[in-house]
Amino acid sequence: MSTGNGVLVRVEDVHRTFWRGAEQIDVLSNLHLEVPRGEFLALMGPSGSGKTTLLNLIGGLDRPTSGSVEVAGERIDRMSNRRLAAWRARHVGFIFQFYNLLPVLTAERNVELPLLLTHLSKSERRRHVETALHVVGLTDRSGHFPRTLSGGEQQRTGIARAIVTDPTLLLCDEPTGDLDRKSGDEILGLLQALNREHGKTIIMVTHDPHASARATRTVYLDKGRLSAEKPE
Amino acid sequence: MSNWLAQIWALTVYNVRTIPQRKGAAVAAAVGIAGVVAVFVGVLSIAEGFRAAMAVTGPADIAMVLRSGADSEMTSGLGREQVRLIADAPGVARTAEGPLTSAELFVIINLVKRSTGTDVNVPLRGVTQGIAVRGDVKIVEGRAFEPGRNEVIAGRGAAREFAGLEVGSRMEVGQSEWTVVGIFAGGGGSAESEIWTDAAVLQPAFHRGDSYQSVYARLTTPEAFEQFKDSLTTNPQLQVKVLRQGEYLAEQSSMLIEFISGIGVFVATMMALGALFGALNTMYSAVAARAREIATLRALGFGSAAIILSVMLESVVLALLGGGVGAAAAYWAFNGFEAATMNWQTFSQVAFAFAVTPPLLAAAIVWAVGIGVFGGLFPAIRAARLPVAMALRE
Ligand SMILES: Nc1ncnc2c1ncn2[C@@H]1O[C@H](COP(=O)(O)OP(=O)(O)O)[C@@H](O)[C@H]1O
Ligand SMILES: [Mg+2]
Repeated sequence: MSTGNGVLVRVEDVHRTFWRGAEQIDVLSNLHLEVPRGEFLALMGPSGSGKTTLLNLIGGLDRPTSGSVEVAGERIDRMSNRRLAAWRARHVGFIFQFYNLLPVLTAERNVELPLLLTHLSKSERRRHVETALHVVGLTDRSGHFPRTLSGGEQQRTGIARAIVTDPTLLLCDEPTGDLDRKSGDEILGLLQALNREHGKTIIMVTHDPHASARATRTVYLDKGRLSAEKPE
Repeated sequence: MSNWLAQIWALTVYNVRTIPQRKGAAVAAAVGIAGVVAVFVGVLSIAEGFRAAMAVTGPADIAMVLRSGADSEMTSGLGREQVRLIADAPGVARTAEGPLTSAELFVIINLVKRSTGTDVNVPLRGVTQGIAVRGDVKIVEGRAFEPGRNEVIAGRGAAREFAGLEVGSRMEVGQSEWTVVGIFAGGGGSAESEIWTDAAVLQPAFHRGDSYQSVYARLTTPEAFEQFKDSLTTNPQLQVKVLRQGEYLAEQSSMLIEFISGIGVFVATMMALGALFGALNTMYSAVAARAREIATLRALGFGSAAIILSVMLESVVLALLGGGVGAAAAYWAFNGFEAATMNWQTFSQVAFAFAVTPPLLAAAIVWAVGIGVFGGLFPAIRAARLPVAMALRE
C-alpha cells in the first residue's frame, strides 16, 4: 500500500479542466489534499470555486484531467467505469444537498437501495436498514414516502442511505444547504456523532461557517487552490 | 448473479412505479402500440379466416383431375370419354354402384349479397356423385337435391351471405327456375360458399352439352394417389393434370392469402414505426425527467447494464400493456366476424369468418415487445451514458 497508515484520501497534483465550447475552464489546478482516517473535514470556498468538482473526484464520480486520486490505497482515477461503480458501492456514502431520494420509494426502501448491490439476504438487509434508520432517529417514519417527510427528515433518510453499507468514507455536498438552522444543526450533530462515535471519515462541502465549526479541520478552496487559511 | 438480478428487479419495479408520474405520455405510447397490435391482428385474422375457409389441408384421399394446362376449374374442360377413362383408372375407390368419382361443371350466377345489397358472382356447381365422393358433406337443413330435377342445395356460408337461398325459395337461373331444397355443410375448400345441383340438369340449362370441367375421385388410400396420377398422365388418350384436392385449394387461395397478409404486415409495419417513435419519445422523456434519480442510483454504485436493462424492461412492460389491450380488443372485435369476399382466382365469392388464432396473438405480442425493446434501447443507453457528475448537477 502506497498510502501511509493514517491517510485515507490522497489527492496529488490534480488538474480538472472543463470545456464550455471553445473556452477552457481550469477549475482545479495543481491541487494536493490528504485526509487522515477519522477526520471530519470541512471544505469551504465561494460558489463556483470547484468544491463539488473536488468531492466528485474523491468519490469516483468524475476523473481528473491529470494527477492521481488515491483512496484507501487504491488509484480510483485509473479504474474502469464498471470497477469504479462497484468501488463506490463498497467504499463511499454520498449525502446530497437536495437529498436525492427516489420519490416513489418509502424511506426504508430508499435506505435499502445500496444494499441491493451487496450479497446480503432479505432479512439481513432489513436488519441493516433498521439499524441505519435507528442511528438517524427515523425509525417511526420508515414507511413514509419522501414527500411526506420534512426537509430534515429527508436528509436523515439520505444519511441513513449513505451509512447503511458501513462505507469507508462519507462525502457530503452542502448537506444543510437546503435546511433551516434548527434542522441543519440536527444534521450536523448527527454527522459529528457519526465521526466521533462511529469513527467515520467525513468530507463535507459547505459555505456555512456554522457548519464548518463542527468539523475537526477546515480547508478553503479558491481559484483552483487549497489553503488552510480563509482567503481574503 | 442473484444480486445482479435483484438489482435489475429493484430498478425495474422502481421504473414501473414512476409510470403514473407521466401518465399522459405513457398512455399515448401504450395506445399507439395497442393500435398497431389491433390492426395487425385484425388484418391477419382475415387471412387466417380465409385460409381456414379454403381448408388448405384438404383430405389426402381425394384427387382432382383438370385438363392439362388449366390452372383452375374455370378454365378446364373434360369430355364424356375422358371422364369415363378417369373413372376406370387404378387407385379409385369403388362401391357396389361403381367407381367413386364425380364429374363436375361449374357456372357463375348472380345473387344479391345481404350485407351490401349488391350483385355478386356465386358458383353453381353441377355434380354427379359430389356428396358421396367428398364423404364429409352433411345436409344441415332440408334434404339433398333429387337427380334429374331443377333442385339445388346451398352451402352454409352461401346461404348466410347471399339473399334468396332459404330452403323452399326459388331462383331464376339460365332459362329455368330452381328450388332450394337444402343447406349443406362440409365439402372442403370453399364448397360451403357454393350452390350444388345435379350435373345432368345443369348441362342442358347452360348449353354445356356433354362436357364437364373437373373430375373428383375418392382414392382407395392416400398412397394410391401416385399410381392414379401416373396412370392418367401417361395415358396418351388423356391430356390431364392430377392434383390432390388440398393442393388445388392451396393454389387457388394462395394469392389472396398472401395479398391480405401482405397488406396486414405493411399496414402494421407503418403503424409500428409510428408507435416506435411514440415509445421512443415516451422513454426519452422518462429518462430525461429522471436524469438526476438515475445519476443518484449510479452514484450509489448501480451499474450501467442494470440501468439499461431496467429502462428497457419498463418500456417492454408498457408495450405489453398496450399490446395486451390491442390484442384483446382485436379478438373481441374480429374473432368469428363473418364476411364474404371475392376470390380473384375463381372470380366468385368465398364466405369466411375472421380467425384470431393463438399464433396470431403470439405474433402480435412479439411485435409489441419488439416495439418496446427498440423504443427503450436508445433512451436506456442515453441514461446510462450521461456522466454522473453532470447529471447530478441538473
Ligand atoms: N461538467 C461541467 N462542464 C463545464 N463546466 C463545469 C462542469 N462542472 C462544473 N463546471 C464549472 O466548474 C466550476 C466549479 O463548479 P463546482 O465544482 O460545482 O463549484 P462549487 O461546488 O464550488 O460551487 C463552475 O464554474 C462550473 O460552472
Ligand atoms: Mg457545489
